[in-house]
Amino acid sequence: MKAGDILAFSQKTLRSHRSRTLLMLLAMAMGVAAVVVLTALGEGARRYITGEFASLGTNLLIVLPGRSETRGVAPGLFMGETPRNLTVGDARALERSSRVRRVAPVIIGSAHASWRQREREVPVLGSTSELLPLRHWKMKQGRFLPPDAAARASPVAVIGANVRRELFGARPAVGEWLRLGERRYRVIGILATEGRSIGLDVEDLVIIPVSSAQALFNTPSLFRILVEARTRDAILPVRNFILDTIQKRHQGEKDITVITQDAVLSTFDRIFQALTLTVAGIAAISLAVAGILIMNVMLVSVTQRMAEIGLLKALGASRRHITLLFLTEALILSFIGACAGLLVGEAGSWLIARAYPALQVTAPPWALLAAFAVALATGLLFGLLPARRAARMDPIAALSRQ
Amino acid sequence: MIRLREITRVYTVGEQAVHALDGISLHITAGEYVSIMGPSGSGKSTLLHILGLLDRPTRGRYFLDGEDILSLDEATQARTRREKIGFVFQFFHLIPRLTAAENIALPLMLAGVPATERKARVARLLEETALSDRARHRPDQLSGGQQQRVAIARAMVMSPSVLLADEPTGNLDRHSGEEIIHLLERLNASGLTLIVVTHDPTIGRRARRQIQMEDGRIIADNAKEPAS
Ligand SMILES: Nc1ncnc2c1ncn2[C@@H]1O[C@H](COP(=O)(O)OP(=O)(O)O)[C@@H](O)[C@H]1O
Ligand SMILES: [Mg+2]
Repeated sequence: MKAGDILAFSQKTLRSHRSRTLLMLLAMAMGVAAVVVLTALGEGARRYITGEFASLGTNLLIVLPGRSETRGVAPGLFMGETPRNLTVGDARALERSSRVRRVAPVIIGSAHASWRQREREVPVLGSTSELLPLRHWKMKQGRFLPPDAAARASPVAVIGANVRRELFGARPAVGEWLRLGERRYRVIGILATEGRSIGLDVEDLVIIPVSSAQALFNTPSLFRILVEARTRDAILPVRNFILDTIQKRHQGEKDITVITQDAVLSTFDRIFQALTLTVAGIAAISLAVAGILIMNVMLVSVTQRMAEIGLLKALGASRRHITLLFLTEALILSFIGACAGLLVGEAGSWLIARAYPALQVTAPPWALLAAFAVALATGLLFGLLPARRAARMDPIAALSRQ
Repeated sequence: MIRLREITRVYTVGEQAVHALDGISLHITAGEYVSIMGPSGSGKSTLLHILGLLDRPTRGRYFLDGEDILSLDEATQARTRREKIGFVFQFFHLIPRLTAAENIALPLMLAGVPATERKARVARLLEETALSDRARHRPDQLSGGQQQRVAIARAMVMSPSVLLADEPTGNLDRHSGEEIIHLLERLNASGLTLIVVTHDPTIGRRARRQIQMEDGRIIADNAKEPAS
């Protein structure tokens, strides 16, 4: 029997049982569509989360004082030497690579802030003008730190939304003099960004030039140096560059740790990949249900078509022929069902993507392929039992049923 | 061409063994026209099914063109059925969703004959059975006689050497029945071995060789050429 004839015959059979065929197609399509939509959602969530992370600063490297292996134990203490501090000079030195886009030194402390009668304890962050673009922060009003913040301890401050509200209430803050400890700083800008960054709530921050912070906290040493590489590929060379440069400046001591954002990102990536696979697996159960439906309907159809099977055998059909005919029916059903399911799933993903533009809801190609393959395999698997039952049917018993 | 030796077919119904066929030996030569008659339940259909390889005897041997056919595997038997044997039933057994031409083409399709050759052969048979103008009709658009002609065309489309007909007129009016018998006899005249099961004596007596069955045995056989 020729493949084309088998296809034509099966297709004719399916068409002559329209409602039954449509029911099976629907079940299969819904199974496939469920897989597509759910993986699209999972993928969207993954992109959203990793995207959020990336927006904290892309291609970011964080330089901390002290080696990660010795932190906490600080063996230097026993040897009579303290770990060397990071300085503004170190930060400057890190700017001297074409692969580095920007560098921001960071000092963190806490101070008593007050304006007229209002006061509160605030976290104070000392940095430079580079911090704003590096962290992708936005200004709500005024401007950020001046470009010479590293060199000149100008008495200026940029404040977060909460600080502004709690200290200044409804009154304009920009241009006012804010007191931090014993010193006064003129408010030059208000941050629009809210949310957490380096473990601090941005809306609670008061940001002053790094040299002002050194004076305020009476320390030359930095808390961190944030470095942004120009490209993703540059992260590793920049890391080596940082380690080399600081080692040279610290008399050959490897006394810093460099953390890359990549490591954090890839962890999240993996978690969400696993999550997507899980929901896809759950959706695949509906595919199995569709398969079982196909099997049941086809078993009924085998019983209903006994006379036809007996006749085909009387006309010289072998068991193989009968098996092929029934399997082909199951395969056509799952193939068309899967195609319809892909279309419906893609349409569904598109609709969700329209409704929630923040989520980039698109099913990854592997999910489409997998859903398709699983649908075909399901059809084949669950078509096998009815096909074999049909093939084994005794032609006489089958024929006399009329 | 057909030789049966001590064919027995036993059905076990519950505790009881029913001997549908009880030691049938039979020799039919190529081109013969044989009618098998006998009361209902005498084993006529069972015999025809065994001849057509649709059923296996409980005991006994069957030689078709000298070949011990029952010793062959399922696929080879299916192929023999397809190529050497044509079947016609009382209830036509046409596939309702297929047209007359498509029904006739079924055995060719199973045999893997290419579509163009199929078309030519089907057209020839439609003509032989006077159905050319009904080619695209479905079974429910045809009369009983026409449906049986489609069934005969389908049985003949592979040019088999033997045609087995089980009560081919049993479901037809007198006129259509005669038409069908004339068609079968015409095919026999051009060389086909024809075996017709009937309980209608006027039809049975037309055959040159008449076999009478009762209780699974052959009780009369007017073989002109004595079986060797
Ligand atoms: N599948 C079966 N199971 C049990 N007995 C059967 C079966 N088929 C036929 N028989 C019995 O075998 C005998 C012969 O049947 P059959 O060949 O159909 O007779 P006929 O065609 O001459 O009317 C009958 O007694 C019938 O009851
Ligand atoms: Mg009978």
